[in-house]
Amino acid sequence: MGPVINDFSIQVATVNGSGSQTANGILLRAIFQMGIPVSGKNLFPSNIAGLPTWFTIRVSRHGYLARRSASEILVVMNPETAAEDVAAIGPGGVIVVNDQIRTPPIPGDRFVYHVPMAKLLEPITTDVRLRKLVINMIYVGVLAELLGIAEDEVERALDAQLAKKPIALALNHRAVRAGWEWAKSNLEKRDPFRLERMDATARSILIEGNTAAALGAMFGGVTVVTWYPITPSSSLIESLGGFLEQHRRDPRTGEASYAMIQAEDEISGIGMVLGAGWAGARAMTSTSGPGISLMAEFAGYGYFAEIPAVIWDVQRIGPSTGLPTRTSQGDLAFVHGLSHGDTKHPVLLPASVADCYAFAMKAFDLAERLQTPVFVLSDLDLGMNVWMSEPFAYPEEPWDRGKVLGEEELAKLRKFERYRDVDGDGIPYRTLPGTKDAKGVYFTRGSGHDEAARYTERPADYVATMDRLARKLETARTLVPPPAIEQDESAEVGLIAFGSTRWAMIEARDQLRAAGIPTGYLLLKALPFTAHLAAFVGRHRRVYVVEQNRDGQMADLVRRELPGEAAKIRSITHYTGLPVDARSVTDAVLAMEGAPAQPPLAQGAAR
Amino acid sequence: MSDPTGARNRAGLTRADYDGAKTTLCPGCGHNAITGGIIQAAFEAGLEPSKVAKLSGIGCSSKTPAYFLGRSHGFNAVHGRMPSIATGVSVANRELLLIGVSGDGDTASIGLGQFCHLVRRNVPVVYIVENNGVYGLTKGQFSATADVGSTQKSGRVNELMPVDLCAIAIELGCGFVARSFSGDQKQLRPLLKAAFAHRGTAVLDVISPCVTFADHEGSTRSYAAVKEHDAPLHEIDFVPYFEDTSVDYEPGTTREVEMPDGSSIYLKKLAADYDPTSREHALRAIHEARAERKLITGLLYVEPDLPPFEQELNLVETPLAHLTLEQVRPPRRVLEEIMEELRTGRAPGGVS
Ligand SMILES: Cc1ncc(C[n+]2csc(CCOP(=O)(O)OP(=O)(O)O)c2C)c(N)n1
Ligand code: SF4
Ligand SMILES: [Mg+2]
Repeated sequence: MGPVINDFSIQVATVNGSGSQTANGILLRAIFQMGIPVSGKNLFPSNIAGLPTWFTIRVSRHGYLARRSASEILVVMNPETAAEDVAAIGPGGVIVVNDQIRTPPIPGDRFVYHVPMAKLLEPITTDVRLRKLVINMIYVGVLAELLGIAEDEVERALDAQLAKKPIALALNHRAVRAGWEWAKSNLEKRDPFRLERMDATARSILIEGNTAAALGAMFGGVTVVTWYPITPSSSLIESLGGFLEQHRRDPRTGEASYAMIQAEDEISGIGMVLGAGWAGARAMTSTSGPGISLMAEFAGYGYFAEIPAVIWDVQRIGPSTGLPTRTSQGDLAFVHGLSHGDTKHPVLLPASVADCYAFAMKAFDLAERLQTPVFVLSDLDLGMNVWMSEPFAYPEEPWDRGKVLGEEELAKLRKFERYRDVDGDGIPYRTLPGTKDAKGVYFTRGSGHDEAARYTERPADYVATMDRLARKLETARTLVPPPAIEQDESAEVGLIAFGSTRWAMIEARDQLRAAGIPTGYLLLKALPFTAHLAAFVGRHRRVYVVEQNRDGQMADLVRRELPGEAAKIRSITHYTGLPVDARSVTDAVLAMEGAPAQPPLAQGAAR
Repeated sequence: MSDPTGARNRAGLTRADYDGAKTTLCPGCGHNAITGGIIQAAFEAGLEPSKVAKLSGIGCSSKTPAYFLGRSHGFNAVHGRMPSIATGVSVANRELLLIGVSGDGDTASIGLGQFCHLVRRNVPVVYIVENNGVYGLTKGQFSATADVGSTQKSGRVNELMPVDLCAIAIELGCGFVARSFSGDQKQLRPLLKAAFAHRGTAVLDVISPCVTFADHEGSTRSYAAVKEHDAPLHEIDFVPYFEDTSVDYEPGTTREVEMPDGSSIYLKKLAADYDPTSREHALRAIHEARAERKLITGLLYVEPDLPPFEQELNLVETPLAHLTLEQVRPPRRVLEEIMEELRTGRAPGGVS
């Protein structure tokens, strides 16, 4: 068997709270520094310490960053799951085992390396607590030697991560070195997996989607941030808090050009955002599904009263206990129509960390231009995992504060009516509290108001408001980010996806092309749909909408948007809680292309 | 409701300038009297209408911001959630004076959580609860402030302990807590003016009879019952900083509370001594009054110097809503440095 270079996955099976995060981060970054495209996925439980956790590092010379469903290399650090973990490694795979962990007998066609981790630690520290943390560095050293990770890159990654903690740094250095030297003199490399330097990451950055969103929010000029802690959204706010603290406080006076408020719940979180937006601040909140549920009433209020607000939903799986730390795209339909009554919200769909950054800014512009709550739908995979990306560009455009009348503009008007569609785009003008000119004053309430914001229950007034709000959503179509489209003139098959599903799609399209099925591709970036959708669907005979929820929510929305084309639309869904992998998508398309009559039932269930 | 004399206050406005739309509440509703009190107090205090924002939840009471200060922006929110709106407005524009109106259902039931947290944060809002012991707008169900033994029109008796919003506010560190009665304008007006001058949450729990659902015999919030049990703690006078009235009281009869803006509250002793600067004293008085079925009214607790929320957040002087792009978008260099950190792995500014 020839060497396998820069194209495999490593899985580290451990328990949470054991300090393996640092070790895995260092592995990932060292490989990245070798110029090799790499991605990391942390599969973690909703727990602070002691439950099984897996970290997968994928290296791909092709630049694929999606999760793969199988790994070639396993590091066994958790006795609880050892049997299961070992069983998942196929013939030809590599298993690195902490020699104190017992595994079931492993077939001879796997490459097994037993490492005396505890013994190697003995000379390094006598502190039991430290040993538990530092033991992870032993496998970093062993893998580095086995796979050929350049020594200086590991050192550099370690230095970068632990520069501020010199004692920990020295300890970790020694542990890595112990693993390394032991592997060098005791292991006979028999497996084919190797890393070799490439030049594919030189300018890139490594960042989590939530950090990217935080950066975007800061450079977008956010001034009011509210939240209630919830995974996987908290890290967005926490990193935003860090950035704001550093860059938006006067170093002399300590005065802040922002307010960050930990609310008592998500109802209050969105209420504060609406109050702040009404008063003219750039306000946002971030949450996940359970918080979105609590925001329903206020979301509708914001829609009817026409108040800008930005709400991030970093999606996770369903309610309450179970799989709250697993990823999903299951909130799409709920968020789009959130609230009672006839409501419809613009929803931005970032597919990459770069989108998270850009859309965090764009969402403010849209919310203020459209005077309505704008949702940004990220997910756990995008938000909490580390992604490679081009560096982000500084915003060259000024911000768009929308149709806000200042004193001077107001003075020129004979009269002001808050809800009048002056420009025909469905978007009225607003004034802010504090406005001196008394004709700018208005009273804000929910559904019952006429053009001048006077109370009314007249049917004609209500219908006029509703029709204008519908017009406003038509305007939104021309303002939201357009989809990314890749055409293939020879393709009969079109693929549609959104959000983090994108990464599996890139790879699945290559697999399909290799299988003789060229595809056109439309990556949706927002709701409401833009005109591109109809054109794209029109060009293809069969269109597969791929998404990470059970019922094909986006497929439904596409069918509803294009009823005449509904027969063409097929749904591929993945809903295991793990990020979708390319093979699942490819196999589903192949199966349906082979037997077009078969409905794609429960595609994700088996995986 | 205009003042026939057409007198002008220091803002150059007449009393009529503080009117709002015509009320649509039941004639005789206590809430209307409170509306009148707010108009008069705002006029006397010389409030600048453009510097005021009116906020409310949902209920008959929460409708009233439409009926006063027609020259101020208003926000009639959703049920029980006015405090969060107020918090957002307040941090977005610290120059505004917020007048929030709520009901006992709005505040003591669905909105109890938000109310408590507003008080904890000391968000500057004049928070008026128009308290009638029932849900007026949904037709007379008991609210959580109904007294034990009070009856509904149907004769049903409330057996549950009432929520005392003043006691809760004091417990949570509120710096201005008053109880009053819609029928006692002489007391309500100076309390409102003092509340306008207070920078922090000012809670005014104003007993406000619902003539349609709670004015019958057996209701402890009927006009008759309230008049019978009302036990004012003191006579109140408020002298704003811009009036240089010298107030002469006989020594030992009156207590003066100075506000940070230079205004003064004068509390003239009625019966027993009452110390409005002692939390323990106030809570004890509330408990004793309940046991004696007395309705004590007046300034229950005051601590004018507590730091308001914007100070807690250390906000810049300029309202956040007025900051320019240059003030809120860090320069290019900052992004470049962060990108470099993310490229090399040196810890970025954010918490990792
Ligand atoms: C979420 C929600 N639940 C229920 C209602 C119905 N509702 C409207 S007003 C009200 C009670 C109002 O009582 P209170 O605050 O005491 O005001 P009052 O009418 O007595 O002045 C209720 C329950 C609502 N508007 N919203
Ligand atoms: S129902 Fe009661 S609370 Fe409502 S307006 Fe009438 S009297 Fe006032
Ligand atoms: Mg009531």
